[in-house]
Amino acid sequence: MDLSYICNIILKMMPMRKNSIFHRVIDLYYDGFRSMRLGRTLWAIILIKLFIIFVVLKIFFFPNFLKQHADGDEAGFVASELVERSQP
Amino acid sequence: MLQHLFLNIDAGTIDWSRAQFALTAIYHWLFVPLTLGLAVIMGIVETNYYRTQKAISKGNGDKSVAEFWKDAAKFWQKLFGVNFAMGVATGIILEFEFGTNWSNYSWFVGDIFGAPLAVEGIVAFFMESTFVAVMFFGWKKVSPGFHLASTWLTGLGATISAWWILVANAWMQYPVGCEFNPDTMRNEMVSFAEVALSPFAVSKFFHTVTSAWIIGAIFCVGVCCWYLLKKRHTKLAIESMKIGAMVGLIACLLTLATGHKSAQDVAEVQPMKLAAMEALYNGGTDIGLTAVAWVNPFCQPDYQNEAEPPLKLEMPYALSFMATNDIHGYVPGINDILNGYTTPDGKVEPSIDEKIERGKKAIEALAGYRAAKFGSSDDGSTAAAHLKVLQENMKYFGYGYIKDKNDIVPFVPVNFWAFRIMVGLGCLFILFFLLIVILTYQIPFISVFTRRLLAAVGLLPETEADCYAVTNLPAWHYWLAIILIPLAYIGSECGWLVAEFGRQPWTIQDMLPTWAAVSDLNSGSVALTFFLFLILFSTMLAVEISILLKQIQKGPELSE
Repeated sequence: MDLSYICNIILKMMPMRKNSIFHRVIDLYYDGFRSMRLGRTLWAIILIKLFIIFVVLKIFFFPNFLKQHADGDEAGFVASELVERSQP
Repeated sequence: MLQHLFLNIDAGTIDWSRAQFALTAIYHWLFVPLTLGLAVIMGIVETNYYRTQKAISKGNGDKSVAEFWKDAAKFWQKLFGVNFAMGVATGIILEFEFGTNWSNYSWFVGDIFGAPLAVEGIVAFFMESTFVAVMFFGWKKVSPGFHLASTWLTGLGATISAWWILVANAWMQYPVGCEFNPDTMRNEMVSFAEVALSPFAVSKFFHTVTSAWIIGAIFCVGVCCWYLLKKRHTKLAIESMKIGAMVGLIACLLTLATGHKSAQDVAEVQPMKLAAMEALYNGGTDIGLTAVAWVNPFCQPDYQNEAEPPLKLEMPYALSFMATNDIHGYVPGINDILNGYTTPDGKVEPSIDEKIERGKKAIEALAGYRAAKFGSSDDGSTAAAHLKVLQENMKYFGYGYIKDKNDIVPFVPVNFWAFRIMVGLGCLFILFFLLIVILTYQIPFISVFTRRLLAAVGLLPETEADCYAVTNLPAWHYWLAIILIPLAYIGSECGWLVAEFGRQPWTIQDMLPTWAAVSDLNSGSVALTFFLFLILFSTMLAVEISILLKQIQKGPELSE
C-alpha cells in the first residue's frame, strides 16, 4: 500500500465534484504519488530514516532525562543540579 | 580541549555530548545550505521558463526555448528534491540531544528556545510540504504562474525555517528578551519581538543564508562543468552556469557585507570569540587584521606570556575597522578580557575574577531564595532579599561555575584557523565567480580583455582567447570548478565552527557553561550514540551522494 493508494481511496469515498478544490488537491497527490519513480526511492529512504529516528533512537537512546530523574519536580531538580555544580 | 576532568560529574560526558552535538549539527548543515542555494537556482531557471512560456502565449516566443527552460527547471528541482529528502528530519536529532544530553540547558532556556523551534516546525511542515508537492506533482495540474509561485515559496519556506532556527541559535549567543524566573528555574520570554528580531539573529540569518546561496551556486557551476567536461547537455550547462555564476557572485558580495556586520555584533557581545578568531592576546586601538600567523593547530597558545603569535602578517587597522567600523577603534584581546579593560570612550568591563565573584553571589542567592521560598518558616522577606541579590548579579550567573578564569578562553587554534579557511575560501569564490561571469557573459571589452590576459599568462589556450565559448576549455578548468564543491562545504562548516567553538564554554552566553548545562549521564552511553550516529550519518551521506551522482549522470529528462 502506498500513498497514491490512500489518495485513490479518498477520491472514491468522498463524493465531490471533479472541479472542486478538494478533489483537485487529492488528485494532485494521487497522480503525483502514482507517477513517481525517483520519488519512490526517496520516500522509502525518508520512511526508513523516520523509523530509525523516532522509533529506534528516540525510544532506546534518547529518553527525556528530566522525566526519568526529576519525579515531576523538574524545577527543583534543575535548581539543585545547578547549585551543586557551582560548589568547589 | 578536554578540560573537564576536574568536575564531579562523569568527565567525558561533556566532551562526548559536545562531540555528538557537533557531529549532528555538521551533518545537518550538509543539507540545509544546498536546499537554500538550489532553491534560488531552480527559482530563476523556472522564472526563465515562465517568461518564455508567457512570450509564446503572446505569440512572439519560441516553443523550443520554453521547453528547454522547463527541462532545466525540472532537472535542478530533481537534484533539489534528492537533497531535500535526504535532509528531512536530520535536525530533529538535535532536539533529542537537548532533552537527553543537555537537560539542564533545555529546562533553563524554557519557552524561549521552544517558541522559535515550534514556529519553525509548523512553517517547515505546512509551507514547505505543501509547495514542494505542487512543485513536483503540479507541472500538468496547475498553471505555470501558480507552479512558479510554488517553486519560489518552497525556497521561501525553507528560508523562513532557517530564520527561526537561527533566532534560537542567536539567542544562545546573545540572550535577549527574557527574564529568569527562579521559581520555575526557566528563562521566560518577555518580548517575542526582541527575541525574533534580535540584531544578532538578523545578522546571523543574512550571513548564513547568503553563504548558503554560494554553496548552491558552486554546486550548480560544478555540475555544469562536469557536463562540459563530458561534452553532454552543453546548452543546459552553459545557461545554468551563467545563472549559477551570477547568483554566486552576488551571494559572495552579500556574504562579505553581512559577514562584516556579523563581526561587529561578535565584537560587541562576544569579544572573547573575536579575540580567539584573531589570536589577539593583547588588544588596543588601531589593530590590524591577521592575514596569517603561526598558531599551533594542536595546542592552546601561551597568550598570557606571548605578545602575539609568531610570524604574524597583518593588514593594518583592518581588525579595528572590521569590529567597530572605525580604523582607530578599540578591540580587546584575550588578556584584556581576562583582566578587565576600559574602552577609550570610558566603558568599563570588569575582570573575569570580578565576574566570577558576582556569578557566585547570584548562585548563592538562587539557593537562598529557593530555600526561603519553598521552606516553611520564611515570611517572604528573606526570599525577597535573595531575589534582589540574584537579579543584581544575574548578568554574570554563568561565571559562578568558572573555577579558573582561563576556562572562559575558547580553544584558539580552531577559531583562528577555521576563520581563516572560511575567509580565504570566500575570497577564492569571489574570484572564481567573477571569472566565470566574465567568461560566460559577453561583457564588452572586459570579456575579451580577460580572455587575452588569461591566454597571455598561460591559463587559457590561445585558441580560446578571442571567442566567448566555454565549451572547449582545458579539462583542468572544469575539474577546478568541480573540486570547489567540497571546498564550499568546508568553508561553510568552518563558519559554524567559528560561531560555536568561539562561544565556548558557554551554551548560553555568560549564563550557562557546558559543564552546568550537561546531564549527569554515563559518558559511555553518550559515546555509544556518538559512534552510532557516525555510522548512521556516514551511511546516509553515502546513499545521498550516490543517488545525487546517479541523477547528475542521468541528466535532464528531455521533453518529447
